[in-house]
Amino acid sequence: MIDVAVVGAGPAGLAAARSAAESGAAVTIIDENVQPGGQIWRGGAAECKSWLHEKVRLVHGARVFDAHLGFIAIECADGKVEELEYRSLILATGARERFLPFPGWTLPNVMGAGGLQALAKGAMPIAEKKVVVAGSGPLLLAVGSYLREHGAEVRLVAEQAGRSSLLRFGLALTRSPNKARQAARLRASLRGIPYQTGCWPLAAHGSEKLESVTLRRGSRTWTEPCDYLACGFGLVPNTELAALLGCRIEEGVAVDEHQRTSVPGVYSAGEATGIGGLDLSLIEGEIAGFAAAGREEDARRRFADRDSHRRFANALEKAFALRSELQKLPQDSTMICRCEDVTWGRVRACQSWREAKLQTRCGMGPCQGRVCGAALEFLLGSKAESVRPPVFPVRIGSLVRYRADEKETATDGHR
Amino acid sequence: MPDTVTITVNGAGIGVPAGAMVSTAVAMAGMAMFRRSVTGEPRGPLCGMGICFECRVSINGQTHQRSCQIPCEPGMEVRTDD
Repeated sequence: MIDVAVVGAGPAGLAAARSAAESGAAVTIIDENVQPGGQIWRGGAAECKSWLHEKVRLVHGARVFDAHLGFIAIECADGKVEELEYRSLILATGARERFLPFPGWTLPNVMGAGGLQALAKGAMPIAEKKVVVAGSGPLLLAVGSYLREHGAEVRLVAEQAGRSSLLRFGLALTRSPNKARQAARLRASLRGIPYQTGCWPLAAHGSEKLESVTLRRGSRTWTEPCDYLACGFGLVPNTELAALLGCRIEEGVAVDEHQRTSVPGVYSAGEATGIGGLDLSLIEGEIAGFAAAGREEDARRRFADRDSHRRFANALEKAFALRSELQKLPQDSTMICRCEDVTWGRVRACQSWREAKLQTRCGMGPCQGRVCGAALEFLLGSKAESVRPPVFPVRIGSLVRYRADEKETATDGHR
Repeated sequence: MPDTVTITVNGAGIGVPAGAMVSTAVAMAGMAMFRRSVTGEPRGPLCGMGICFECRVSINGQTHQRSCQIPCEPGMEVRTDD
């Protein structure tokens, strides 16, 4: 029996594991990646190695595909299925990028901003490639700066948010000197790359792969030849596991001041609870870890710090709010569901996402609506309705073994 | 651990830095299209974090493997869709 099981080894998960382990709890972290650290944060992984192996069990390359009160089911990298029983569960499942459909967005070499960065970090040569970075949010700056450092010819960074809303945000930044310094460093590293605000992609062109992208800024539209389009419209919390457990979901997983979800024994921290960045994730993780290990007083000492970071996160969200013009980007022939190739014309004809699923198979492919669900939430203003296990595709053999295990334990009277 | 790992992509050998993901190797081999969609459209990686399933390839004969989540191992045989 594990005292505290943590799902996700990004900043929030690692911080949670650390504070829980230091409180004396037996902790296991489950993460789907080869290395701990999460999707974007790389510095933390090296730092945490010193304590991770002594105090915490890390199961990496493993995916949670089912969750119940008291146990979760995981599929390991080698295909083995394990059931882990826990006393407390901390969901630090992070966030994913939001992709919005526009004509040509399914062409090879149109990628997420984080997606292209991941490839470049994985040693794919990017030098002298022409790249357009577009969409919304601070990630665009970080990605533009990274690609440029690695020799890419970044043609421009197109931010859909308007200049005035970003200026207001800039003023808010001055109240937070640390964040202001980070922002200044990013801007400096972009020197020479045009950062166009109020600018967004209208269409990507190419036959077998991307060749150019048409952008709009104000009344001006033009076409920019490029090898890659790195395009993401902010981040969306990963709430599937929490929803499966019956936790209340609002913008993200709803939590109280101790990072407790609406389900007893289940906590959530970091971007799964709402987009807030690295510092907020670390603090929320720490609080969740203390709370899950029963050290509520230690958790309480971090509340004020967390609340100030949350105010910053709220200002950020407001500044980068998506403009309604983006809802008009998909044409009737534009794919919405990339797994099942369902066009906007077909989805639009349906009354609800549920009807679209039944009539068109929209959202029923292997990504299980993770891409089109977030897009439709913005296009139609309605959230995806239900989550069912397995929350990730698993091998049929794994499911068979899992069901067999379940039957065995049921007859043994364990559950 | 050697610095370079050699695998094949559609039969052609390619050396990649140790620890590189299969998606990196496929891109380094010059392929933008990793698979064809259910209606035959060319597709390549989108999210880079194992969520979108657009980067699926076949690895050692096993189909539908997410190339962005699997590190290259010596001698791996990777195939993209035609």
